[in-house]
Amino acid sequence: MRTTLFAKHKALPLAAVGVALLMAGGCERPPPQSTQLGYRGVGQIAFVNPRTLAALHEANIAPESLAPAVPIPVNAGSVYQNLQVLGDVPITEFTRQMSAIAEWVVPKDQWVNGQGCVYCHDLNNMAADTKYQKVVARSMIKMTKRANVDWKAHVAPSGVTCYTCHRGNAIPQYVWTTNPGEKPRASGYVGDQNRLSPVPAFASLPYDPLTTYFDQEKVVALTPKTAVSPIDPKTVNTKNAEGTYALMNYISKSLGVGCNHCHNSRQFADWAQSSPARVKGWYAIRMVREANKNFIMPLTDILPASRKGPLGDPMRVACETCHQGVNKPLFGAEMAKDYPALLTPPAPSPAPAAAPAAAAPPPAQVEAVPALEPKVTGVAGTASAVM
Amino acid sequence: MAEYQNIFTTVQIRGPAYPGVPHEEGQRDRIGKPFFNYWVGKIGDSQIGPIYLGVSGVLSVLCGFIALFIIGFNMGASVGFSPMKFFQQFFWLALEPPSAEYGLHIPPLAKGGWWLITGFFLTVSILLWWVRTYRRAVALRTGTHMAWAFAAAIWLYLVIGFFRPLLMGSWSEAPPFGIFPHLDWTSAFSIAYGNLYYNPFHMLSIAFLYGSALLFAMHAGTILSVTRYGGDREIDQIVDRGTAAERAALFWRWTMGFNASMESIHRWAYWFSVLVVITGGIGILLTGTVVDNWYLWGIKHGLVPPYPVTGVPVPDPASLPGAL
Repeated sequence: MRTTLFAKHKALPLAAVGVALLMAGGCERPPPQSTQLGYRGVGQIAFVNPRTLAALHEANIAPESLAPAVPIPVNAGSVYQNLQVLGDVPITEFTRQMSAIAEWVVPKDQWVNGQGCVYCHDLNNMAADTKYQKVVARSMIKMTKRANVDWKAHVAPSGVTCYTCHRGNAIPQYVWTTNPGEKPRASGYVGDQNRLSPVPAFASLPYDPLTTYFDQEKVVALTPKTAVSPIDPKTVNTKNAEGTYALMNYISKSLGVGCNHCHNSRQFADWAQSSPARVKGWYAIRMVREANKNFIMPLTDILPASRKGPLGDPMRVACETCHQGVNKPLFGAEMAKDYPALLTPPAPSPAPAAAPAAAAPPPAQVEAVPALEPKVTGVAGTASAVM
Repeated sequence: MAEYQNIFTTVQIRGPAYPGVPHEEGQRDRIGKPFFNYWVGKIGDSQIGPIYLGVSGVLSVLCGFIALFIIGFNMGASVGFSPMKFFQQFFWLALEPPSAEYGLHIPPLAKGGWWLITGFFLTVSILLWWVRTYRRAVALRTGTHMAWAFAAAIWLYLVIGFFRPLLMGSWSEAPPFGIFPHLDWTSAFSIAYGNLYYNPFHMLSIAFLYGSALLFAMHAGTILSVTRYGGDREIDQIVDRGTAAERAALFWRWTMGFNASMESIHRWAYWFSVLVVITGGIGILLTGTVVDNWYLWGIKHGLVPPYPVTGVPVPDPASLPGAL
């Protein structure tokens, strides 16, 4: 008997093909581009989709730098009052930098008479710290300088500017606050995980690794460094792994890269098999901790509730704040080199009273690589888990 | 159109339902009036029922539902009993075991106590179901192969959720009850102990798992291909080898030089499948209790293939002076 494509007994397979096509509709159109990252034949391959990459390129363009300032050997600090971090900048460069910050940070609908100054400044007394925005901006400038001067291990060679995070927004698009979770009505125990959450890239892993690993400074490394297990204590490690896994998913998503951008997945912990990018990431984790602790958390009291999370903690930075889905923010555009005011340490402060980060002691330095205080805080893993 | 029929694709006959062979035990406990379903008949026998539950079956179902409801209500509670959120996040929701701080102690209900209670009822349910499979086999005077195969699976279940957490001294090492959460737990577990792929028992388990699939496909293909010679009556052919068995055997001897027999292929399949979970259970039981890092264990025993690292090896920044 001849059968046609639409015969009754073909309906089921046809329906199956239809369902399969529907499900495939959620996929990206092939082909992706692949780059070999490691030894041949071991799956050390990075995939990018040129179509999604093109969209990212469009969304991550650095603005044109402002025209260079006419060099005048007069420091801004000798002309303006209450300059606590930019006092040593030449006056013309200072004005140029202020204009740039207005362009980068103040949304156009907040501009008055073609000027963004009013967002931070009291126009009757530009030097006054009456607006909280001005105090925040000072701390943010310190943070930017600190990153460019002392965290070269992470941000060199491009460096960072306000625009790296802000992109024309008063609040950068990708900031975070502690997620208190949903208060369960009864006794559902979810262990701070098992939620539909974008932070761990929609895995059911812990939904707030940022508080755990950046605020509480829990040790990220977890893999035991000996083959054989000690009799006692046992390395109770699975939940640690879920936490680190969540953080790694967040980093991976924030940078738009896979695990093998940094790691060899046959042994994530082994540095000898890792790429140099992992070292950058190691410093990044410590830089983010410091940035939040020294430059953002001290602002808690002056920030309004609209700049805070449900627990009253300020909106903070993490990987995605700068990276925004791109391996190198703004695809590595070297924007900071055109803004020398952001590349030097803060000028000696004439009036340190309102400087929140002044309390932070200058940390020890190793070849321009900063290090935090030599202590391990938070709920650390086992002593052996340092590999 | 005439259609080729064998005992796999029967003409569906509607008559009085077949109650099954008479036997001494549990006759009266068969419940439900049998009925027929056309679509079920497409994939098996079209008769549904009667079913036998008995004491172990009833208690097993009861305990199973208790476990299921505790899991369900905990999932519901974790989203404030919002039906929308429950359905939206269903695959993400879970009932988690206690955190590490509780060790093997019994935590408050809201801190993992529910997980322990669920584990108890689920385990009782599974063990009672095993009793049922064993006793029904005895009642029917068949071998108890099914019960022992099921026991092998229960071994893996108990290793993952009970024996290993006991040896590790922490309930927190057990998996959660949830769809995605138990899968994420699985990858986290592997990473936590240095990559389970270097665990030789994990390797064996995978080999038996894939091997089972392969054997299943080979056997099914062989028998289907010789049903036209009566190969579908494969049990008859064990003792009364006919041309179906001869042709099937010859096919494999021609293609790979060796053939299983009508009887031995079933032993192959049985042992491949039960060894998946037996070896898997051994591998899990050794993880964290005897071996902390399977990759390093593999290095130690020459299991890990060395290959060159491209580029300059990077140092551990934590090992540099002045680091954290």
